[in-house]
Amino acid sequence: MTGRPTILTRTIKLSILIIFLFLSLFCHLLTAQALPAAIPDSSSFQASPPTNVRAVDFKYDRGEALEVRWNLSSDDTGSNFITGYEVFRAGEKSDSFVSVGFVAPKTESLTDKSVERGKLYRYKVATNYKGNLAYSEISAAVAPEMDPINWNLLNLFIIGLIIAGAVIYFIAHAKRGKKLFIRKIAGLEAIDEAIGRATEMGRPILFIPGINDMDDVQTIAGITLLGRVAKVVADYDIKINMPVSRSLVMTTARETIKEAYLGAGRPDAYNDDMVRYITDEQFGYVAAVDGVMVREKPATCFYLGAFFAESLILAETGNSIGAIQIAGTAQPAQLPFFVAACDYTLIGEELFAASAYLSNEPKQLGSLKGQDVGKLLAMIVIIAGVLSATIASAWGSEFFAKLTEYLVRIFTIQN
Amino acid sequence: MKRQVPLLITLIVGTVLILSVFFPPAERLGEDFSIFFDIIAVFAFFLGGGNLVRIHGNRLYRKGKDWGFSLVTLLGFFIMLIAGLFKLWNPGGISADVTATGSLFQMLYDWIFNPLGATMYALLAFYVASASYRAFRAKNREATILLIAAFVILLGRTPLGVYATGWIPESFSLVQIPNLAIWIMSSPNLAGQRAIMIGIALGVISMSLRLILGVERTYLGVDSE
Repeated sequence: MTGRPTILTRTIKLSILIIFLFLSLFCHLLTAQALPAAIPDSSSFQASPPTNVRAVDFKYDRGEALEVRWNLSSDDTGSNFITGYEVFRAGEKSDSFVSVGFVAPKTESLTDKSVERGKLYRYKVATNYKGNLAYSEISAAVAPEMDPINWNLLNLFIIGLIIAGAVIYFIAHAKRGKKLFIRKIAGLEAIDEAIGRATEMGRPILFIPGINDMDDVQTIAGITLLGRVAKVVADYDIKINMPVSRSLVMTTARETIKEAYLGAGRPDAYNDDMVRYITDEQFGYVAAVDGVMVREKPATCFYLGAFFAESLILAETGNSIGAIQIAGTAQPAQLPFFVAACDYTLIGEELFAASAYLSNEPKQLGSLKGQDVGKLLAMIVIIAGVLSATIASAWGSEFFAKLTEYLVRIFTIQN
Repeated sequence: MKRQVPLLITLIVGTVLILSVFFPPAERLGEDFSIFFDIIAVFAFFLGGGNLVRIHGNRLYRKGKDWGFSLVTLLGFFIMLIAGLFKLWNPGGISADVTATGSLFQMLYDWIFNPLGATMYALLAFYVASASYRAFRAKNREATILLIAAFVILLGRTPLGVYATGWIPESFSLVQIPNLAIWIMSSPNLAGQRAIMIGIALGVISMSLRLILGVERTYLGVDSE
């Protein structure tokens, strides 16, 4: 229901318009005043060059980089006054400088990774103002050198050494016959039950080792689990179907299954076609596997390896055909999908622990115990860090602030 | 011998790759090993392609079950292979880039392969809905917490969340739904993710050591020494 606008309404609208126009004008004037008093004419103005240009060897590398540093130009005022800095390089005796990089204003260094070890190089840096270059003095000649040890990673080395030492210690400890307690992992306990179900139903088992190649540790973890699964499969004489998306995974999986059948004393039952290559393409592979699932209706599906966007498509298709599904991945983003759609999910570390857990071999179980030392270390440091940061923040304690900073530095990888 | 050689290769390659992180002179060796892997993977691709043709060729020849799918697979494989190898309809001829605009290979890729891939990807939207429906049913305490958290996050990412709690004063801004959603994502969720990541890192170290030291041999088809 709309009537004719009253005089009051029209007056209000007009007032709003006038206020808006006034504000626009005011803002415009304000902005105009905020602009630099005078932007020089690019044709005549020459910005001042950067000073104190020096080249230093890039630390802890193979002698393939030099770091060029300089002090900012006095015209680098932070209001986009200059366009940036261009870095030029020449050999020790050469005067022909070539550009090796351009960086934004307020930047005081550039790493030149196009140098050769042992050769001497000199640098100059130019302030760029709309194409006009103001060159600095030429730096002293410096040659990149190789460092035998990357001391930046000393913290990582020590932490790795502690964890690796703990793993090796517990492997040796277990070798001596000491009993170790390992918590139960439901997903692994269910493997036999899932294979048994396939046997009862007379349907195949589907095993997907992820979509990454053999250079991914998740795929290796999947293949080690395949060895365990294939052994039971060979014992029960069930059909295993393994479509893969990488040729190397195909050859490795074939060897693993073949050995499992040999171990079970049934080499004649092994068939190369149990493992077949589909395609490297992610969604082409998913389409083919979904087709296999819908047509063959496997009783049990294993998804153990590296998965990405295809995780939920596979798991939901498996769910729709009523298969028991056991998944495991170390891709944190895919874990919720597997948890939602599968019966059992091996979360992160459980995937890597699976083979050791199933082997029940003391040496392998010992390695899991060593892993726990790493967890304990992480827990202690996290609790110490949280307490220290809280105390530093709440009471302004300098000691705890430094302790927090120190802990952060220790657990930060600098490269 | 069949067991010892792979174990020795694993030991050498694993050790060199670890050393290459800490000792710059060994970096090149680490890179070389990665290149060796790529070379092996390229040769293995012939095995993969051969396996695909053999399996589907056999099924087609014997008119086995679902042989129609095998026909489509083989046609797709060979048409793409021929279009790419001989650079059919390539504007620049045989010497030009195989992915040049207007080439048959690129047309097949853009007009058939890409839409098919996008179709598969689009299925995800429906699967997310069905999986969420199952996951968010408040069957127990954990599922109820999950449901509430998911509801807050979903609402917090929509304008409705802003309108619904925008009236709450600034001093209580944390209970505004968008802020609550941010807090859930950046505190409890991130803490959980990091815990999983720490576990994964430790699991990788432990598994790698088992492989390097030859304790884990399942991939060779044997359980123990």
